[in-house]
Amino acid sequence: MSDHAAHDHGHDHGGHGAGEHVHHPNYVRIWAILLALLIVSVAGPFIGIKLVTLMTAFGIAIVKAYLVVKNFMHIDIAAKYVAYFVVTALVFMFLFFAGAAPDVMKAQGRNWEKPSWVSGAVHAGTPGLEHGEEHGEGHGEEHP
Amino acid sequence: MSSARPIATTRSSAGMPTGRLAVWWVIASEIVIFGGILASYIMHRLAHDAFAAQAAHTNTWIGAFNTFVLLTSSLSAVMAHRAADHGDAKGAANYLWLTVGGGATFLIVKAFEWTHEIREGFTITSSTFWSFYYTAAGIHASHVLAGMVLMSYIALDAAKGREMQRVEYVGLYWHFVDIVWIFLFPLLYIAK
Repeated sequence: MSDHAAHDHGHDHGGHGAGEHVHHPNYVRIWAILLALLIVSVAGPFIGIKLVTLMTAFGIAIVKAYLVVKNFMHIDIAAKYVAYFVVTALVFMFLFFAGAAPDVMKAQGRNWEKPSWVSGAVHAGTPGLEHGEEHGEGHGEEHP
Repeated sequence: MSSARPIATTRSSAGMPTGRLAVWWVIASEIVIFGGILASYIMHRLAHDAFAAQAAHTNTWIGAFNTFVLLTSSLSAVMAHRAADHGDAKGAANYLWLTVGGGATFLIVKAFEWTHEIREGFTITSSTFWSFYYTAAGIHASHVLAGMVLMSYIALDAAKGREMQRVEYVGLYWHFVDIVWIFLFPLLYIAK
């Protein structure tokens, strides 16, 4: 059985669609680009500008992820629907964020208010807010 | 109804081998798992400025070194794929073992890092930030460990020229684990 599979490898594995072979780019070059981007993302915070840090940290993370998905995972030559269900999973992640973020990030909304035991805990110094969180640089929530 | 080979490695009515399709399905479901953790972290990070003060205790250089290790292990994983494509069974197996070595290095560094942080008093119950930190990095590390086990098993077969299609499949999974770390690194180590 295994030998059959090995024999079949050239047809089965090499063909990402219907028999065509994977084009293997210069992987070492892509790896070198990824390392250069890593260095930039580590160096970003040393400039001391918050916007630059965000750009070099998260902007570069997105670029790195794109390079890995495209060149190492070959998603661009996989069947189209693979990209569709990966994107669908990402959309579900954003839906979750959009649905849950108001509860976490706001103390009150048009028709709701965070229970007092939740907002009160912030000031009471609960175990979940030790090590400086209760003395942090502001909680960011508006308490009624 | 006997078959010489498992159907999953040969059927391709979906336009690709079913084994590869299965791995992509796993990745899509993992996006929801890790995406939920990352999205939860981001919304708490945005709501609580105090997270920044806690994140200041993480060691950026250790995080950067582990990013370097995982990126390099992704390189060896895709080199294994290329070797398998060229029919180089030994080369594919050797690259897979290199990737396993990268995973082991990552976990060893993580173990030292966590030991240091726990000794400093930053445990999973210390604060919300540290809960996220240990949960997200812990689930990621368990995926690294699972990938190493799978890859070792596949490397043993690949060295004998068996089931070579699996070299690419396990590589897909490994690259995904690498991508998760690409996002965890700036969240936990850089955004301070």
